[in-house]
Amino acid sequence: MNELNEVRKPPVATTGIIGWLRINLFFNWTNSLITLFVIYCLYQFIPWILDWTIFSADFKYNYLGEQITNQEMCSRNLDPENGGACWAVIYVRFYQFIYGFYPKVEVWRVNLAYVMLAFALLPLLYAKLPYRKYFLYFTYIFPVIAYFLLNGGLGFTEVSTNKWGGLLVTLVLGCTGIALAFPIGIMLALGRRSKLPVISMMCTLFIEFIRGVPLITLLFFGMVMLPLFLPEGIDMDGLVRVLVAVTLFQSAYMAEVIRGGLQAIPPGQYEAAKSLGMSYWRMNLLIILPQAIRISIPPIVNTSIGLFKDTTLVIIVGILDLLGIGRGTLADTNWLGLSYEIYFFVSLVFFIFTFGMSRYSLYLEKKLKTGINMGAD
Amino acid sequence: MKKLLSIFAVVAFAFSAHAGTLDDVKNRGFLKCGVTTGLAGFAAPDDSGEWAGLDADMCRAVAVAVFGDRSKVEFITTTGKSRFPTLASGEVDMLARNTTWTISRDVNLGFEFVGVNFYDGQGFMVPSALGVSSATELDGATVCIQTGTTTELNLADFFRLNGISYEALPIETNDEGKENLFAGRCDVYTTDASGLSSTRAAASNPDKWVVLPEIISKEPLGPLVRHGDHQWGDVVRWSLNAMIIAEELGITSENVDAQTSSNVPEVLRLLGVEGNYGEMLELSNDWAYQIIKQIGNYSESYEANVGPDTPLEIARGLNALWTQGGILYAPPFR
Repeated sequence: MNELNEVRKPPVATTGIIGWLRINLFFNWTNSLITLFVIYCLYQFIPWILDWTIFSADFKYNYLGEQITNQEMCSRNLDPENGGACWAVIYVRFYQFIYGFYPKVEVWRVNLAYVMLAFALLPLLYAKLPYRKYFLYFTYIFPVIAYFLLNGGLGFTEVSTNKWGGLLVTLVLGCTGIALAFPIGIMLALGRRSKLPVISMMCTLFIEFIRGVPLITLLFFGMVMLPLFLPEGIDMDGLVRVLVAVTLFQSAYMAEVIRGGLQAIPPGQYEAAKSLGMSYWRMNLLIILPQAIRISIPPIVNTSIGLFKDTTLVIIVGILDLLGIGRGTLADTNWLGLSYEIYFFVSLVFFIFTFGMSRYSLYLEKKLKTGINMGAD
Repeated sequence: MKKLLSIFAVVAFAFSAHAGTLDDVKNRGFLKCGVTTGLAGFAAPDDSGEWAGLDADMCRAVAVAVFGDRSKVEFITTTGKSRFPTLASGEVDMLARNTTWTISRDVNLGFEFVGVNFYDGQGFMVPSALGVSSATELDGATVCIQTGTTTELNLADFFRLNGISYEALPIETNDEGKENLFAGRCDVYTTDASGLSSTRAAASNPDKWVVLPEIISKEPLGPLVRHGDHQWGDVVRWSLNAMIIAEELGITSENVDAQTSSNVPEVLRLLGVEGNYGEMLELSNDWAYQIIKQIGNYSESYEANVGPDTPLEIARGLNALWTQGGILYAPPFR
C-alpha cells in the first residue's frame, strides 16, 4: 500500500533537455543519423554564410578604407582570396531599391505614404488598439490620400508612374491587389453560390476564365492588348493596367478560397438565420461570412503571399519592381557581377514581408481559435 | 452586325489617323523612348537613377533634336516580348532597344528601322584553360544557349556547316548562362558578342575567359519607329546620322563651338550655320549642333558606354567608321 502511494519521479530520460533531445532528435537510429547529418551541414554552412554576409563583407568601405563606387573596388574583386559580400552596391542603390526613379525632391511624399500605410494597417491588424474607430476612418480614406500623394494632383506635382519603381511598386501592387481582391472575391464567392442562375453563371464564368489563364498572360493582355482596344486618346496608365490584371487574377482566387469557407458552414446556420427573419445580406454579413472568413484565414494568407511574390512578374511587361531594379543594377557596367549580393538582398526583403504575413496569420488563427470545430453539430 | 462593322471602321480609322508623331511629341513636351529593362552598355539605370548607355544616348539625341534639351525624354522599359506591341500601340514614339534589323520585323511587323547604331554578331566564349583558339575546334562541346532566340538557329547552322557536333544546355537568361559557364556546366557560352563582353567583364577574373574570333551571324542593332510616319522616321534617322557624320568630320562636344566658324561647308551645314536642314525636318536649325553639344558624336557615346576603356572593353571593330576599317557609314549631309 505504502509503496503504491509513494510519489515517483518520472525517469530522467524523458524530461529536461536530454529527454527532449531523445524524443525529438535521437528517437531511433535513422532519426539520429538524420540529426547528425543536419548538424554537420549546418556546421559547414553557418560559419561560411556568416563570414560571407557579415564578417568579411564590405558595407560601405573596402578593406583599404576607400568608399566603394563600383564593383572593381569591392574587396572580393581586389583580392579574391579574402573578402565576402559587397553590400556597397545595396548602399549606393538603396534609394532606387526603395523608391525607383521617384524624383528626389518629391520623395518625402513616398515616405509619408509609407508611414501612413503603417498607420492605416494598424487598426486592421490589431483589434485592441485604443481609438481604433477613428483609426479605421483613416484607413478608409488612406487609398485616396495615397493616390494623390504618390501620383500628384491637388497641388502636388504629378509624378508619372513610369518613375515609380522598386519596393514602392511592389507594395502598391501587393497592397492594392490584396485589398481590392478581398471584397471582389467575397462578392464573386457569394455570386457563385447564388440561386439566381444569371448571377451564378456570370460569376462562375469569370472565376473559371481568370483561373484558367496564367498571370503572365493576364499581364500581357492588360499591357499589350488593352491599348489596342481602347480608342485613340484614352491613355490608360501602364501601372493601372497591371493593377487591373493583378486584381482580377487575385479576386478569382480569393473567391474560390472564400467559397471553400462558405461551404464549410453547416446548413443549420443558414436555417437559424432565416428563422430569425434575417434578409440575405444580413444573414451573410452577420452570421455566415464572419464564420466562413474565420476558417479561411490560412488559405487567404496563402494566396495573398502568393500574389505578393507574383508581383515580380511585372518585369516582363517592363515595370521595374524590387527585383527589376535589382536586375537593372546588374546591367550597370559599374556593378556587373554582383548578382549574389543583389538577389540575396531582394530575397531578404521579400522574406521579411511574407514571413511577417504568415506570422500574423498564425497569431490571428490562435486568437480566433479557428482550429476548433464550430456549428450546429 | 452593322453596328459591329461600324465599330471596326472607327477603330480602323483611329489607327489610320495616327499620323504626325513629331507633332504628338512636341505637344506632349517630351519623348517616350522604349529601352531594355537593363543591358550593360546599352541601357541601364546608373547610381543616380539616370538611364545611361548607347541606346539611352540614342533616345536622348532624338529628344535633343526635337526640344534642344537632353532631359526631355521618358524612358519606358520594355522586354524582348513586350517591345513590339508597345511600339505598335503608340505607347512609345520609338524603340532603341538593341533590336536586330531583320526583314520580318521591318516588313511584316510594320516597323521601320531607321539605321544601325551597333553592329553585333553572335560569338562564342570559352575558358582559356580549354586551349581552343577557333570555334571549329569545339567538336562535342556542351553549349549554353538562350532558348527562343535567333542564336539557337544560328548555332545549329554553324555546327552543321562545319560538320561538328555539340550538346545544347538550354538557359533562359544571360545571368543563368553566365553562372552555368563559370560553374563549368557548359564549355561554351554563345550569345551576341556585346553580351559576351559584359559576361566576361562580370567574371571575377576576366583573363580566364576568351571570346573566340568567329562571329557567326549578323546582328545589326538599331532604333525603329512605326511604319508609315516618314517625317518622324526621318527625325530619328538623321539624329543617328548626325552623330556619325559628326565623328567623320571630327566634331566633338568639346570643339563644337569652335567648329561653328569652320570653313568646311559640310560642318557649317551640319551645325545649322548654313542652309535650312532643320526646317526641312520641322526642327530648329541648330538641332544637330545641340545633339553634338549635349550628347557628343557617335565615337564619344561609344567610348563612354561600351568602348575599350569601359569594363565591357568592346573594340570598335565593325562599328568603326568606314574610313577606319569598320562599316559605319552615314549618307552625306547636303
